[in-house]
Amino acid sequence: MKEQQRKHKAKRKTDTTIKSRRLKVDYLARVEGEGALYVKIKDNEVKDVQFKIFEPPRFYEAFLQGRSYLEPPDITARICGICPVAYQMSSVNAIEMACGVEIGGPIRELRRLIYCGEWIESHVLHAYMLHAPDFLGYESALHIAKDLPEVVKKALELKKIGNELVTLLGGREIHPISVRIGGFYRVPTKKELKKFRDRLEWAREASIETVKLFATFDFPDFEQDYEYVSVCHPDEYPLNQGRIKSNKGIDIDISDFNATFQEYHVERSNALQVKVRRRGAYHVGPLARYSLNYDLLTPTCKEMAKEAGLDKTCFNPFKSLIVRGIETLYAVEEAMRIIDDYEMPDKPFVDVAPRAGTGHGATEAPRGLLYHQYSIDDNGNILKAQLVPPTAQNQLVIEQDLYHYVEKYMDLPDDKLKWQLEQSIRNYDPCISCSTHFLKLTVDRE
Amino acid sequence: MKKVKKPKLAVWKFASCDGCQLSLLDCEDELLAVADAIEIAYFPEASREEIRGPYDLSLVEGSVTTPHDAARIQKIRKESKILIAIGACATAGGIQALRNYQDVAEFTRIVYANPQYIETLKTSTPIEHHVPVDFELRGCPISKHQLIEVLTALLNKRQPNIPSDSVCLECKRAGNVCVMVAHGQPCLGPVVHAGCGALCPSYNRGCYGCFGPMRTPNMPALSKWWRKELGVKSEELVRVFRSFNAYADEFRLESDYHERATKET
Repeated sequence: MKEQQRKHKAKRKTDTTIKSRRLKVDYLARVEGEGALYVKIKDNEVKDVQFKIFEPPRFYEAFLQGRSYLEPPDITARICGICPVAYQMSSVNAIEMACGVEIGGPIRELRRLIYCGEWIESHVLHAYMLHAPDFLGYESALHIAKDLPEVVKKALELKKIGNELVTLLGGREIHPISVRIGGFYRVPTKKELKKFRDRLEWAREASIETVKLFATFDFPDFEQDYEYVSVCHPDEYPLNQGRIKSNKGIDIDISDFNATFQEYHVERSNALQVKVRRRGAYHVGPLARYSLNYDLLTPTCKEMAKEAGLDKTCFNPFKSLIVRGIETLYAVEEAMRIIDDYEMPDKPFVDVAPRAGTGHGATEAPRGLLYHQYSIDDNGNILKAQLVPPTAQNQLVIEQDLYHYVEKYMDLPDDKLKWQLEQSIRNYDPCISCSTHFLKLTVDRE
Repeated sequence: MKKVKKPKLAVWKFASCDGCQLSLLDCEDELLAVADAIEIAYFPEASREEIRGPYDLSLVEGSVTTPHDAARIQKIRKESKILIAIGACATAGGIQALRNYQDVAEFTRIVYANPQYIETLKTSTPIEHHVPVDFELRGCPISKHQLIEVLTALLNKRQPNIPSDSVCLECKRAGNVCVMVAHGQPCLGPVVHAGCGALCPSYNRGCYGCFGPMRTPNMPALSKWWRKELGVKSEELVRVFRSFNAYADEFRLESDYHERATKET
């Protein structure tokens, strides 16, 4: 043993290139929630990469047991202040399925509309306020505002339009109050929606400018062979409904989620990780949606994608920034379409009576696929709940990206490499507050 | 002109959904003005920059649920001249305080494959249970207009103008028809703290308690009305008071009372 150590020391003396580097970020900034990053490099080899989630657990799945089947849209909204609508949409779909009710017509359209509002608000928040500062070399958007006030003011206005749309339908932007099982407590009149159209015209132009601006940024040369997973619908860019598909052969009904994907629990994370059974990491979010559903984008979106230099698929995670711009444009145009076609329903909601059963909901939160499952009894009491948020699903792929990025750009100085690794985590718009609450009994057999 | 030193603001997160601190970023029209008037010294959700304390003003979001966080809030208090708890988690323990009514070891086992990895306290408690708090801003989420009011008031060294009466009064001022009397819908408005502008009744829905109990609420009177006039059962009353402000004193006592009633019958 001593002999070995001596040899090792001697080797170190002669070979000055050998060194051990540790990169640590104890508290990741510009993400929602509490996470940390740890990378260990030894002898120019990546030894360890950990994306840690230390956000305290909140046990949603446990305390949903025994609650009423009418409560999940209100309760699960509280999982995330940035994407409450996503939680409301996955939960209403799942409970309505358990109760054997399918919602169509204007209520379905309004659900899509409020979701568009959330996409706009969340994408603009992330892209401009949290992610763009990395590309421009600023600590925050408020720092950008000192040099480029017009850019930031415009971004804030665009974000505000998203929030206004959520508020128009939901009553307020964070934890909307109008969404319920069966529909809404109150639906807008045709006139109320029409009034909003001018704002969307402005938003459309602002989104186009956004894509153009983002396309001028420098993107690291970094492509990965991802398995992209998203909800896919035959007729529409995915939001509320569809099957779950991937570019590597997954094509399942949402009720088969657990047969295809597996949650498991590792020590460094208070969020369960998820992988494709017998395969491994997969990627959810804007890049996955874009690459699997390009054909369903509007003509303007396709045109802007082309102008920004994107193909029909994109495997550079840093370019998620551009794709968020394109999806913002999509959400604006889709909102305009829905408003133009809108006919106010006679009743704002459909009555949904409880019955014993299990239901599933899979919708596309701004940051990716969000799966809910509920089992209820005849009286509408919840027996079991399972919630799988996008960031939990992306944890493995985030770590893989970090690993490969360090391998490729090892020669960068520590502070620069550290910043770029933070940026590569932000590619996923991780919502750490969301991902820690989805904690259910899974047996770790591997 | 003498350059006035800007007050230093820090924003801290404990167990929460991020929604209340997001309210600051959602002040789209005021954000740049706020950033002009205040030095945003620590706000990791928005900035990589970290300026060291002490801070003139700390906004604290979230509840205390881990041993680490229980120690952290002490440190934050020491570094802060004024400490404001924002939102239902920070002022009442949040929805995660539902664990306070259960066996948390059982909770962890139900929920995690490897409970030994999880470090958590038995309870989720408001900031005030750990350190003195200078002001509590209610709501799940808080109102961004009230947040701006609090910041403005403190910058100008005056008391924030945040009424602590009920949602009922806001509802009357809004000219709403009472959803409880006219439509027979259970509504918590008579006992819940104002602040939302009577949002739910304006959307044909009974108040469900985002802002927690008002000052001196008459809880038994409301429960009696719900039971007698609306036929609401005890177990439903337990659920109603045990949501986002489950561990606020008045809601806790009332829900305990109805829980005992369900066990007796």
